[in-house]
Amino acid sequence: MKKKKCIAMLLAGGQGTRLFALTNSVAKPAVSFGAKYRIIDFPLSNCTNSGIDTVGVLTQYQPLILNEYVGNGEPWDLDRSYGGVHTLPPYQAKAGGEWYKGTANAIYQNLHFLDEYDSEHVLILSGDHIYKMDYSKMLAQHISHGADCTIAAIDVPKDEANRFGIMGYGADMRITSFEEKPKSPKSNHASMGVYIFKKDVLVRELITDAADKSSVNDFGKNIIPKMLKAGCGMYAYSFAGYWKDVGTVTSLWEANMDLLGEKPVFDLNDPSFKVYSRNEPLPPSYIGDTGKFINSVMTTGCEIYGTVINSVIGEGVTVKQGAVIENSVVMQGSVIGKDVKMNYGMVDENVVIGDGSVIGDEQSDKMHITLIGRDTVIAVGTKLRSGEIIEKGSVE
Amino acid sequence: MKTLGIIFGNLHDKDIGELTTVRSLASVPFGGRFRLIDFVLSNMVNSGITKVGIITKTNYQSLMDHVGNGKHWDLSRKNGGLIMLPPYGNGDMNLLQSRFGAIKNIRQFIKHSDEEYVVMSDCDNVCNINLAEVIQSHIDKHADITVAARNKELVNKKPRPIFVVSLDGRVTKVTNTDKESGERTVFANILVMNRQFLLNIIENAAELNYNSFRKDILAKNTAKYRIFACMLDGYFANIDSLGNYYKHSLELLNKDIRDELFYRDGANIYTKVRDSAPCKISATATVSNSLIADGCVIEGEVRNSILFRGVHVAEGAKISDSIVFQDSVIGKNSSLHCVIADKLVNILEGRTLSGHETHPYFIAKSAII
Repeated sequence: MKKKKCIAMLLAGGQGTRLFALTNSVAKPAVSFGAKYRIIDFPLSNCTNSGIDTVGVLTQYQPLILNEYVGNGEPWDLDRSYGGVHTLPPYQAKAGGEWYKGTANAIYQNLHFLDEYDSEHVLILSGDHIYKMDYSKMLAQHISHGADCTIAAIDVPKDEANRFGIMGYGADMRITSFEEKPKSPKSNHASMGVYIFKKDVLVRELITDAADKSSVNDFGKNIIPKMLKAGCGMYAYSFAGYWKDVGTVTSLWEANMDLLGEKPVFDLNDPSFKVYSRNEPLPPSYIGDTGKFINSVMTTGCEIYGTVINSVIGEGVTVKQGAVIENSVVMQGSVIGKDVKMNYGMVDENVVIGDGSVIGDEQSDKMHITLIGRDTVIAVGTKLRSGEIIEKGSVE
Repeated sequence: MKTLGIIFGNLHDKDIGELTTVRSLASVPFGGRFRLIDFVLSNMVNSGITKVGIITKTNYQSLMDHVGNGKHWDLSRKNGGLIMLPPYGNGDMNLLQSRFGAIKNIRQFIKHSDEEYVVMSDCDNVCNINLAEVIQSHIDKHADITVAARNKELVNKKPRPIFVVSLDGRVTKVTNTDKESGERTVFANILVMNRQFLLNIIENAAELNYNSFRKDILAKNTAKYRIFACMLDGYFANIDSLGNYYKHSLELLNKDIRDELFYRDGANIYTKVRDSAPCKISATATVSNSLIADGCVIEGEVRNSILFRGVHVAEGAKISDSIVFQDSVIGKNSSLHCVIADKLVNILEGRTLSGHETHPYFIAKSAII
C-alpha cells in the first residue's frame, strides 16, 4: 500500500464537565451544535476538506452515541477501504489494559495504529472546537519548514489569554516559548490544540514520555514544553478565521449565536467548504400561519407554530402555538409546548416542555442560561429560573 | 419472499413536459428536498427490497447524479443494490416508450436475477406505502399478476386502466378512464408478478402477440390469468400534469398529509444528502404556511409556498402560492404568485410574475428574468 502523507488522530474522549447536563450521557464531541451538527463534524469535515482520509478517533468517556454517530464515516466521505475513520477506545492487552490517562497517553496506547499506516506526519486534533480550517496549508508549512512539530496558533483577546496555551514566536514562526494557561501571558498567540508532528518524532517523544513517571502524559503540559526545551524544530502556524472553544455552556451558546445575523460571525453557507454531518431523512421545515421565525436558523423536519427569535432550532423540533423562544438553542427532536416562554434557554435533544412553562427569568443572560438535559420531560406550567440546570430524573 | 424492484424512470415524461425537458420524470424535484423517484425507491427499501433496477431511456444524467450508487437508500450493496438500466444495443427507442417494451429490453437482467417476485413501479406516484403488503397479497391469492389500485373519483380524461374487481379481489374486467366517470378502481402503476411468470410472458411475447401490459396482458386475459387487485389506502398523489404537480406539491402544506407521507410507521423517505447549511431566516423576513429546505436564506416575504434547498429570497421580495427549486435567486422587491421556478432561476430586482391557481406560471431552468 502507498504510504499516507499525513493521518489524523482526533482526541474525543473528554467528558466536558463544564457542559454539565449536556454531557451526562454523551461525550463532548457528540454534543449538538448549529441546528444540524455535532461538534465532531467540524474536525472530521476539516480533515475531508483538507485531503486527509485517515482519522483515528480516540474515545473514552460515554462513547456509545459518539461511536454510533461516527459509524463507518460515510457522511464525511471517510468510508475508505484503505484508511477512513477508526474509533479507537481503550483496550485490554496481554500486559493488562488501562484507561487513557492524558492526551499523549491516548495516542501512546495506539502507537500500533500509527505504525500500521506509517504516515510521514501525524495531525493531532481535539473534538471540542468549532472552526473551519484547511489543514493542508498547515501541513505544507510544516513540511517546508522541516518542522518536528507545528502548532496552530490563533490570536485571542488579551484578557482571555490566560485560558489557553500561549506561545511566543518571531517572524520565522519558530516557537520560543510555550506556557499552558499562564497567569500573566506574554502574548496573545493561543494554541488551538491542533498539532502536526513528524511521525517518527512523535513516536519517540511518546515513548520517552510514557517512561517518565512524573509526567501527566499531556501534550500541552509535557510533550510540547519538553520538546521545546530539547531544542526541537517547533513552529507556529498562524490561523486567522473563526475558532471557538465550546467547553462551557456560555461559549457553546455564543458559538450558536455566531451563526445568526445578516453577516454572521461564523458563516456555514459556503459550498466550497461544506461541513458534513449525518442527516435524518426528514421533510423540509414548516412554518405555519401562526409561526414567526425571526433572525434564526433551523434545519429539516421542524414544525414552527409559535414565535422564534434569535435562536438556533435543531432537526425535527416542534414549537407549538403561542410559544415564544428567544435567544435560545433547541436541539434535535425536542417539543416546545403551547404558550411556553423561553429566554436564554439551552434545550438538549428529545426534551418535551409542557404547555405554559416559563424557562428563564429577568436575570437570564448568556452567563445565566437555563439548561435542560436530554430526554427530560418538563411538566405543564413549570417555571425554571435563569441559570438552573435540569437533568433527566431531577424533575417529576 | 425475495423481491426484485424495477422502476420505470422515463414513463410519463410527457405528462409534465415543462419539468422533463432537462430531466427524467424520476428526477423531477418534489416537496422541497426530494425527487419523485425517492418515494418509490424508499417504499421499496422500506419494504425490504434490496435489489432495484432503474430503467432509463433519455435525459437521465440528473437521475444518475441523484441516485449515484444508491448509498442514500442503503442500496450500495455487494449483492443486489441499485442497478441503472440505460438503453441497450441498437434497440428501437420507440419500444422503450411503453412499459412492456422497456421490460422486454431488460430480459437478461430479469433472467439473471434470483428473486422469486418482481415489483414494477412507475415514478409518477407520491406515496408512502408498504409494498410488502402488496407482495404478501400476491402470494396469499396465488395470483399471476397483482395490480396495486385505489378507489378514486375520476376527474381528468387521461387514459388510465381501471379495474372491475370481484368480492375476492380478482380483476374481472379492465377498461379505461376515458370511457368512464364517477368513483372507480384505478391502476396505481404498481405491479407484482412472479419473476418466472414475467419471464415466460416476455419470452413468448411474439407468439402470444403481446405488445402492451394493459391492452394485451391485462385487458385480454382476465379469465386466463389470475389477476388480483391490492387496494392501497393512505395519501396517494398521481402526478400527471403540471397543474397536478402544483396542486399536490402545495398539499404538503397540510400537516396531516405531511404526517402520512413522511412519518408513516417510522418509514422515512430517503433522498440524496447535500450537506447544505441550515436555513437562515433574517429579521426582515416573514414566512408563513410554507416549507423551507436547508440552505435557504430568506430576507423577504414567503407565503403558502415551498422553497427547495439553497433558495435566496432577497429583501422586499414577495413569494406566494409558489414553488421555487434549488439554488434559485429571487431578487429584491420582486413578486412571484402561483409560479413554479425551476432550478437556478434568477429573478432580477423588481420583476413581477404571476400565474393562476389552476395554471401555474412555469419558469424554465437557469432562466434569467
